[in-house]
Amino acid sequence: MGEKTKGQVMRTRRETAKAYLFMAPALIIVIVFTIVPIIGSLILMFFDYSVLGETRFVGLDNFTRAFHDKEFLIALKNSILFVVIVPVIQILSIFLALLVNRKLPGMNVFRTLFYIPVVTSMVAVSIIWGFIFDTNGVINTAFQEWGWIKMPLPFLDGKFSAMPCLMFITVWQGLGYYMMMYLAGLQSIPEELSDAARIDGANSIQTIFRIKIPLLKPYVWLCTLNSVISAIGVFDVVFVLTQGGPNNATMVINYYSYTKAFGDFQFGYAAAIGMIQAVITTIISIVVFVYGKKGGMNNDE
Amino acid sequence: MSKTKIPNRNRMSPKKIAGNVFTYVLLVLIAILCAGPFIWLLLSSFRTGANIYDLHFSASQMSVSNYKGVVEYMDLGKYVGNTLIITIGGIAIDVIFSSLCAYPLATMEFKGKKIIFSILVATMIIPAAAGMIINYLTIAHMHLLNTMLGVILPGSVSTFSIILMRQAYLGVPQNLIDAAKIDGAGELTIWRKIMIPCIMPSVSTIIIFDFINNWNAFLWPIIVLQDPDKYPIATALQYLNGSFSYKFGYVAAGTIISIVPVLLVFMFCQKNYIEAVSGAVKG
Repeated sequence: MGEKTKGQVMRTRRETAKAYLFMAPALIIVIVFTIVPIIGSLILMFFDYSVLGETRFVGLDNFTRAFHDKEFLIALKNSILFVVIVPVIQILSIFLALLVNRKLPGMNVFRTLFYIPVVTSMVAVSIIWGFIFDTNGVINTAFQEWGWIKMPLPFLDGKFSAMPCLMFITVWQGLGYYMMMYLAGLQSIPEELSDAARIDGANSIQTIFRIKIPLLKPYVWLCTLNSVISAIGVFDVVFVLTQGGPNNATMVINYYSYTKAFGDFQFGYAAAIGMIQAVITTIISIVVFVYGKKGGMNNDE
Repeated sequence: MSKTKIPNRNRMSPKKIAGNVFTYVLLVLIAILCAGPFIWLLLSSFRTGANIYDLHFSASQMSVSNYKGVVEYMDLGKYVGNTLIITIGGIAIDVIFSSLCAYPLATMEFKGKKIIFSILVATMIIPAAAGMIINYLTIAHMHLLNTMLGVILPGSVSTFSIILMRQAYLGVPQNLIDAAKIDGAGELTIWRKIMIPCIMPSVSTIIIFDFINNWNAFLWPIIVLQDPDKYPIATALQYLNGSFSYKFGYVAAGTIISIVPVLLVFMFCQKNYIEAVSGAVKG
């Protein structure tokens, strides 16, 4: 009996060693480049750290500084403002999903066309929309030629128009992604349900609002959560098109943190700003999640 | 159903036809909004000299000179080469290391299995507030700044891939593994000869995901690479767009060249890719 256990112990040990050999390469990379940054940023935010100067512990100074930093507060406001795109993008993509879920010839072509912006790099997307929104761009040229306007519209250079333009581009690029999510949701609804409703005399609009959308709720909450996180973290479109301008009109937290880190080399301060963003994201996610659990996901999820 | 109604079943009511026509009109309008900008860019990339914003396209203006120009004067081939190195390197590391890592997580019993798995799942949820900053410092300490390895390494192994492959391994029938063990095969042979062929669908999903992500990445390369000659295409475009914005035609042609490979991969692997994207919601 004793020998057997000893043998088993040996076997378990060998198995464990083998398992870790298999996992080692991937785990080392995950630890160094994913787990170290999570822990590291928790430490870094309490320090005044730049590559050149001396490093010192400053406690909560980076946070106090942030809330007295006018530019940061503008960035914070803009990032939160950016969340208004969430309901827009969700409603439009549910509508799109319902549309491409109809059993008509050629639907696959349309689904592919709607998805093209999703797989295209943000740089390419921004270059294209940059051409379109430019003061001498496609829209302004067309409108002037047709005599609709005398002066070119400022779009990305306008204090009030820059942000809506970036929001539009973000919605435009994200629609296809959420459409596919909702399409998957719609296709998981058993056909008999809609058929039964129709036999009971419901028209197609009633079927959509009474049967399909309620059953989509788990998807709605998940997509909303996803969309809130990426709205608060918006970066690429700002980086490529406006760099926060004009006059901070499109300055957002994520981009501000980037400029502090890689423009001014204030790594500690940038880490603290990143942490504020992470906290806000987490709070909003919890709100969406709790609200979703209470009001929405009680069907079966 | 009564007999008189049967002949009508294949013919649609006028109301239904009108509904379908309306659906198609809407779909075409949305398609123009989604794909229109790309088509405009494609047409513009073949125009020469004249103002790119001129609304009147004519066939006589069309030529491939922008493509020649962007390849010859801006050396676009070099950037495409850099992108290929980064993309293929990233995919290779992810596929090999993740599939190795997922194997014991799915098939072996060992100490710490639960903890490791939970940590991997947690990294997908917890945001790294200053991920890029710490990774930049790490890469600098490893003397990998301005190298391709420094671009590839930090994002290479994705925990998503590990978890996806573990799920796939769990689907491989146990008796297949037992049979191989009885035949005296070692773990590495089992992994290579039995498990990997069984999880090929998941491997291809990961390859598509990684291809699109790596091909489109532009920010991390800007941070790590000081030498613009090493830039991948997305980063190079951002750079060219800044420095050569007056050469609209070149930028348009370069953008088209950067988009085409991703579109091709997406169109060929569409079914697989979309199933994986929407599967992520259900899972």
